Amino acid sequence: MASFDSAYFDIKYLDTLSYQDTAIHRLDPRVKLLTTAIFILTVVSFSKYELTALAPLLVFPVILVSRAALPVGLLFKKIVAVSPFAVLVGAFNPLFDQQIELYLGGVPVSGGWISFASILIRFMLTVSAALILIATTSFPGICLALERLKAPRALIVQLYFLYYFIFVLMDEALRMVRARNMRAFDGRGTGLRVYVHLLGALFLRAVDRAERVHQAMFSRAFNGHFYAARRTGITCQDGIFFLAWAAFFVLCRWYNISEIIGRTVLKMIDMI
Amino acid sequence: MSHHFIEFTDVGYVYPDGTRALSGISFTVLHGESVGLVGSNGAGKSTLLLQINGYLFPTVGTVNVGNVIVSRDTVNDVRRRVGVVFQNPDDQLFMPRVYDDVAFGPFNLGWDSKKVEEKTLEALQTVGCLDLKHRPPHRLSIGQKRAVSIATVLSMEPDILVMDEPSSNLDPRARRQLINLLRTFKHTRVIASHDLDLILDTCERTIVLHAGRIAADGPTPDILRDDALLAANNLERPLSLQNRKVQSSKFKVQINAQ
Amino acid sequence: MHMADALLSPAVGATFWAASGGAIIYASKKVRLEIDEKKIPLMGVLGAFIFAAQMINFTIPGTGSSGHLGGGMILAILLGPYAAFLTIASVLIIQALFFADGGLLALGCNIFNMGVFPCFVAYPLIYKNMVRDNPTAGKITAASVSSSVMALQMGAFSVVLQTLLSGRSELPFMSFVLAMLPIHLAIGIVEGFITAGVVNFVRQMRPEILEGAAESRPLSGLPIRNILASLAILALLTGGILSWFASSFPDGLEWSIAKVYGKAELPESAHNLGRILGGLQEKSAFLPDYGFKEPSSPENAIPETYKPEPWPAVSAGTSVSGVVGAALTAGLALLIGLALRKKR
Repeated sequence: MASFDSAYFDIKYLDTLSYQDTAIHRLDPRVKLLTTAIFILTVVSFSKYELTALAPLLVFPVILVSRAALPVGLLFKKIVAVSPFAVLVGAFNPLFDQQIELYLGGVPVSGGWISFASILIRFMLTVSAALILIATTSFPGICLALERLKAPRALIVQLYFLYYFIFVLMDEALRMVRARNMRAFDGRGTGLRVYVHLLGALFLRAVDRAERVHQAMFSRAFNGHFYAARRTGITCQDGIFFLAWAAFFVLCRWYNISEIIGRTVLKMIDMI
Repeated sequence: MSHHFIEFTDVGYVYPDGTRALSGISFTVLHGESVGLVGSNGAGKSTLLLQINGYLFPTVGTVNVGNVIVSRDTVNDVRRRVGVVFQNPDDQLFMPRVYDDVAFGPFNLGWDSKKVEEKTLEALQTVGCLDLKHRPPHRLSIGQKRAVSIATVLSMEPDILVMDEPSSNLDPRARRQLINLLRTFKHTRVIASHDLDLILDTCERTIVLHAGRIAADGPTPDILRDDALLAANNLERPLSLQNRKVQSSKFKVQINAQ
Repeated sequence: MHMADALLSPAVGATFWAASGGAIIYASKKVRLEIDEKKIPLMGVLGAFIFAAQMINFTIPGTGSSGHLGGGMILAILLGPYAAFLTIASVLIIQALFFADGGLLALGCNIFNMGVFPCFVAYPLIYKNMVRDNPTAGKITAASVSSSVMALQMGAFSVVLQTLLSGRSELPFMSFVLAMLPIHLAIGIVEGFITAGVVNFVRQMRPEILEGAAESRPLSGLPIRNILASLAILALLTGGILSWFASSFPDGLEWSIAKVYGKAELPESAHNLGRILGGLQEKSAFLPDYGFKEPSSPENAIPETYKPEPWPAVSAGTSVSGVVGAALTAGLALLIGLALRKKR
């Protein structure tokens, strides 16, 4: 269960990161959520062959990562390790689209390669945006943002409980697996049968736990309505953050900044 | 205010699968009294505790809490006044932050936000965990979790406090702090525990439960010195009442200089 | 089977977000009417369980490729359709945030593909009909396999459609379908058996859970059609509005107007608007000639076939100067990042 362990470690680690205290972390979660949403929509709104215009958008994840003191290496590893579905599907583009669109220093580049590269860049941008969001906002923060944005109560309650039980279950599973491994020798005791039994036992324990949590909730007069967290207001900083980034994204969408910079530079080189 | 009492009259309980857990339970706990509940595993302690706040209803007999007979109609009223601290704090701390967990009860009681905040902070202060209020519960040590789980109940200002194995898994210092805390409480208390020394230090009266029935009910010092009774119930004297001679080891004790 | 942001267009993404959002609101209302509050922590527990289970891959016998559990059917059977849908949605939300599985925009598609199909289509139409009031181990197994297979096939096909409609991938429809469906058939069969195993286990050990699920009012054929119809209308409306918006950047507006009216000339009423926006476009195009300044220079010449067409055809976004500029911009961005680094 190596991938299981590392996945659990990832959640715990991201969870730890999200409780750090930097200016970015202190921003209102709603603002971070909305800014991320606009960022993703901007990235995704570029058409198939628009590749170079995406470059300036790199500034968003880069600045957030450095100001929020997030570990670059880890984030990069996660991006690389994540489900390669998009990459796999995108990899077919060069095969099916061979029409030459551009000559780069004499080398012909087909539309397929351009759109594939575009897909890869989009992938990196959108995935990093999601990871940065959770790493700077914390899961309870996101739930709070959703609450404030009037998401349905039942969903938010479910998110709280799911988060709680994931940690609980992981700890239980870890303990059970450890106990099993200590009694397994020479490749015996770790097969599918034992695995299934472990799953079954874990399931029953989980259900028992759910019952005890229900007892605890009952004993504290729970009546179906969840506690609404404290009031947090939107500050000036939040407003500036949102407006500045939103304006930047619109700018990137409107103008191809890479193009402009490239043209200017090449013109200057020409003049020298 | 002499009405924070508990009265069990000939209570019996049978689980849905047919197991008989309690029979003929009768006792009264008076206002402000602190009663310890001891017995071997499986004697029915937890089941009995769950009858007090109405989570379970007796199959036979009645449970009277502060002049209210516990039934389906009155359970909402009863559970507001009885605070139960369960054995495993992980079962009780399910909100994102400590503050939220302690505020959970007061919120459910329908108090206004000012009072909720006031009582929450007060409870955290009482258990000495005020500085933990923004911490997520899964990042606490077991002692802190235990303290916070008590706070989650204290914030509701219950009349009656019920505790199931409060000192389990605590290190000696946390345990001592817990005992000191319990001694400051004025609530009517029922504490189930294997930790007989804790019972000795915090409860003036003890009930011994055996196979779902009351085997004995009396002042704590007497019960916990009755060797025959204790032996018959898988118990022994609290360590502080045992005459033990500890021989010093022939090995030299080494304390490493820091 | 997770859809990804990189393959999505804003219109498709937003449409499915609208659909999933609507479904979440609907399911939330239904769950709140549940009298059994024991279900609340149970939903959390089962969600965590499915979450954990999804992290474990199994190899599909005979193909060598691997798949993982979707869990929608298991949840639908154990919790009832509404609670199960919320649970699946919550699991996918956490996965999208912590594992960046797919992405936040694609989350709308994923919740739809992996939630709506098992909970609101396969469960009521297939599972419940096959099992009815008399659940035997055999019936449960058959029903589990059939409904899992159907749910996964619908989900996989949905992914193909979403990718196709977004227009970021070049994969032809048939190739994509032939790649996705058979694999998900195999995964569906395996998941069906796992589902049956879990349900039978629960029936033995904790039958009251199943009874709780059965009590929730089953969806009959008619309401589903209503639900799907209203979801579709809502989705189309939102998608339509958003694609209009997305294409209303100056270049795109002309294109979409041309598409709508089918002729190069704009009708009277739109003329003024068109003029204003055309003017904006002039300004925003910065340098009026798209081609690189020296067409005679062979390395940098834009090939003959290239016409300065408005969006979505290949535009100045991928010219040489663009590439140069992109490299510079990226480098600049990284430098800014390094400069702004906060000490940990």
